[in-house]
Amino acid sequence: MKILVGYKRVVDYNVRIQVKPDGTGVVTDGVKLSANPFDDIALEEALRLREKGVAEEVVVVGIGPADLTAHLRNGLAMGANRAIHVVAADAVQPLTAARVFLKLVEKEQPGLVILGKQAIDDDANQTGQMLAALWDRPQATFASKVDIAGGKATVTREVDAGLEVIEAELPAVITTDLRLNEPRFIKLPDIMKAKSKPIDTIEFGSLGVEAHDHLKTTHYAAPAKRSKGVMVKDAAELVAALKQKGLL
Amino acid sequence: MTIYKAPLDDLRFALFDVLGAEHTLTSLQGGEAHSRDLLDAVLEEAGRLSEQLLAPTNAPADAEGCRFDKAAHTVTTPKGFKEAFKAFAEGGWTGLTNPEAYGGQALPGVLGTATTEIFQSGNLAWSLYPLLSEGATHAMEQHGEEWQRERFMKPIVAGRWTGTMCLTEPQAGSDLGLLKTRAEPGAADAGGHPTYRISGTKIFISAGEHDLAENIVHLVLARLPDAPEGSRGISMFIVPKFKVGEDGSLGARNTVAAGAIEHKMGIHACSTCVMNFDGAEGYLIGKPHKGLAAMFTMMNAARLSVGVQGLALAERALQNSLNYARERLQSRALSGPKFPDKPADNLLVQPDVRRMLLTQRAFVEGSRALVLYTALQTDIEHRAIDEAARQKAGELVAFLIPIAKGMTTELAQECTKEALQIYGGHGYIAENGMEQFVRDARIITLYEGTTGIQAADLLGRKILQLQGVGARHFLQEIGAFCQQHGADASLRGLIGPLAAAAKEWSELTASLAKRVQANPEELGAAASDYLYYSGYVTLAYLWARSVAAAEAGSQSAAFKQAKRDTAAFYFARILPRTLVHKAAIEAGVATLPAID
Repeated sequence: MKILVGYKRVVDYNVRIQVKPDGTGVVTDGVKLSANPFDDIALEEALRLREKGVAEEVVVVGIGPADLTAHLRNGLAMGANRAIHVVAADAVQPLTAARVFLKLVEKEQPGLVILGKQAIDDDANQTGQMLAALWDRPQATFASKVDIAGGKATVTREVDAGLEVIEAELPAVITTDLRLNEPRFIKLPDIMKAKSKPIDTIEFGSLGVEAHDHLKTTHYAAPAKRSKGVMVKDAAELVAALKQKGLL
Repeated sequence: MTIYKAPLDDLRFALFDVLGAEHTLTSLQGGEAHSRDLLDAVLEEAGRLSEQLLAPTNAPADAEGCRFDKAAHTVTTPKGFKEAFKAFAEGGWTGLTNPEAYGGQALPGVLGTATTEIFQSGNLAWSLYPLLSEGATHAMEQHGEEWQRERFMKPIVAGRWTGTMCLTEPQAGSDLGLLKTRAEPGAADAGGHPTYRISGTKIFISAGEHDLAENIVHLVLARLPDAPEGSRGISMFIVPKFKVGEDGSLGARNTVAAGAIEHKMGIHACSTCVMNFDGAEGYLIGKPHKGLAAMFTMMNAARLSVGVQGLALAERALQNSLNYARERLQSRALSGPKFPDKPADNLLVQPDVRRMLLTQRAFVEGSRALVLYTALQTDIEHRAIDEAARQKAGELVAFLIPIAKGMTTELAQECTKEALQIYGGHGYIAENGMEQFVRDARIITLYEGTTGIQAADLLGRKILQLQGVGARHFLQEIGAFCQQHGADASLRGLIGPLAAAAKEWSELTASLAKRVQANPEELGAAASDYLYYSGYVTLAYLWARSVAAAEAGSQSAAFKQAKRDTAAFYFARILPRTLVHKAAIEAGVATLPAID
């Protein structure tokens, strides 16, 4: 079995996000970029399945500009067999990303696609679900445990009410939650080996995917600063103040 | 609990922008693959390992310390150490700079220096276990026989075993000529290799006994029966904790054991042992009576690593004190509130707090440039294609090592002190973690040669005995830099003082040499101040280079501005310290009268 893993590059989770002065987005120049933490978990799970003999090949997929190569090498150093780089100058929205994955799924015929449940940049939490719908295959989202046997995935999902166990016929889409696993440390020799692993480059334009931006961004702004609080003498004054603000 | 984030941006800046390491490394023998993307990936992963695996163990391991079992002569290291060492070994980090033939990764020394900083910041006491091993492998690499490397070095490179360096004895510290441990010739072993029986007591042996690995290989300095007196009669021996068979299998326990572990001011989690050798079986490594010389070929690397320890501790202390100054709300700015919506302003509005932070930043980033500069010269010394380039780099290294060790470790005292100071009384409370940095830092001006030894090495050996050949290269380089950038607007205010300081440095050196010729006691009277003087001028040069590199680099505007601001601070407020040291040097030995 082959596993496709979505491997997105995002602003590192440690970075204090700053809005560009012109409000067109957040500052990414000179800012540390790294793998979406949920995608690291997705890759780790795929590698463990390969180590268990469930899968033979793990392919990481990234959609982004030409300099995404170093990021994909990181995925290869972690252990993926090869990488696919869909070269796209601009960021793609979830539906477009799902359509790109569908094209790759048709080409690669994986038994399993593992994606992060969301990326920490826009927190959309949509690509996996959309891909499953477009592909017309089962989905098991927010996975915190995955077992593969007999052509089925048994997945424990983290849901509002606690944990839920479902079965999904393969091929299927799984999206990862935080507690699924702890991604491994990369070994030095693997960093060097990654240099010679293949990265297939596909131009976004050649896929025949329509980049449909169904979301329009008007502008970005930092949350308003909290103004200084006022002290009230008693409950009555508090109620009066809240009423005055139209909150009661 | 203290924070730590590997300073990857500044490491990259120093390596690639200030020092141009990619160009240098890829042009060295065996360096074709050492491109920036590879080095970047290694730094990135070192950061992850240190932040996640080492940094959280720093405070708890200090509180727990090592435990010694008197009956079994065993040492138990603190919680988490074994796991961290296992991950470190499995990741291939134990053999980062060793040759591929012995299972290493053959990566550049300067990359090893950069990753060492990252690991030492994570947990200095832990980092000493692999550090001592690395020293032992380099000793075997340079002086061992092929069978010795196969049998004893390979398992250390693989991280299955560790190594030590056993030099010091109770009566022989800075003066190793006094050492007494004996080596008597014994029978040949099963493979026909001559053995020796080693007897004596060694003290202050870092990683002498522990539970991280299945065997420990001690490199021991001892005297053969026919040895001349003093330092010319010392040989080096390999003495394993467990004897090792021809096939590499572990055999019987050797008669070497830890007698005690020391209770120390800092680095509590490092097992510092008294080692008793009682007719222990060992093998001669290198030539008879040439052990001290062999040990000294590794001394440069060991001393540089200790210099890096100063930088590593100061970096983490700086990160925490900066964070604290940003978040701690006390008092108002002198010119009126800066955060009127808060109950008080943060500490950063206080010029005196900024002074303490800038002092740390100037020393940390300056020291980083210095140790990486020196490490890169070491790579050139060992692997440049051109013989003349190798020789020049070797001379530069010899000159810079006492500065990189002596200065960086002394500055770390000031940095950790200022970092603690920013916390006020809270810095004195163990829970906040700052006092551990102060305690841990205190060892680094002592081991691998005290600051006084570094100063004597710089002035006595590198300047006077070797006629300042390394210093001349360095001063020429500064002169060329000043000429090249004399007209740069961005370096206005820096080039003038730097050129003047370099000129004064060489004049001061010449006049001092004359005085020492007339009275050798002048050497000892001037050495420490000469070390500081040299260190401050060296950092001035590296700060000027950093500003030049920032102008040309692709970093963010804020990063570049911080470099310019810190350099300006350094030149205005730190470089003038040379005046004091110059005065002290010129005051001479007459101001140090006999004391009884």
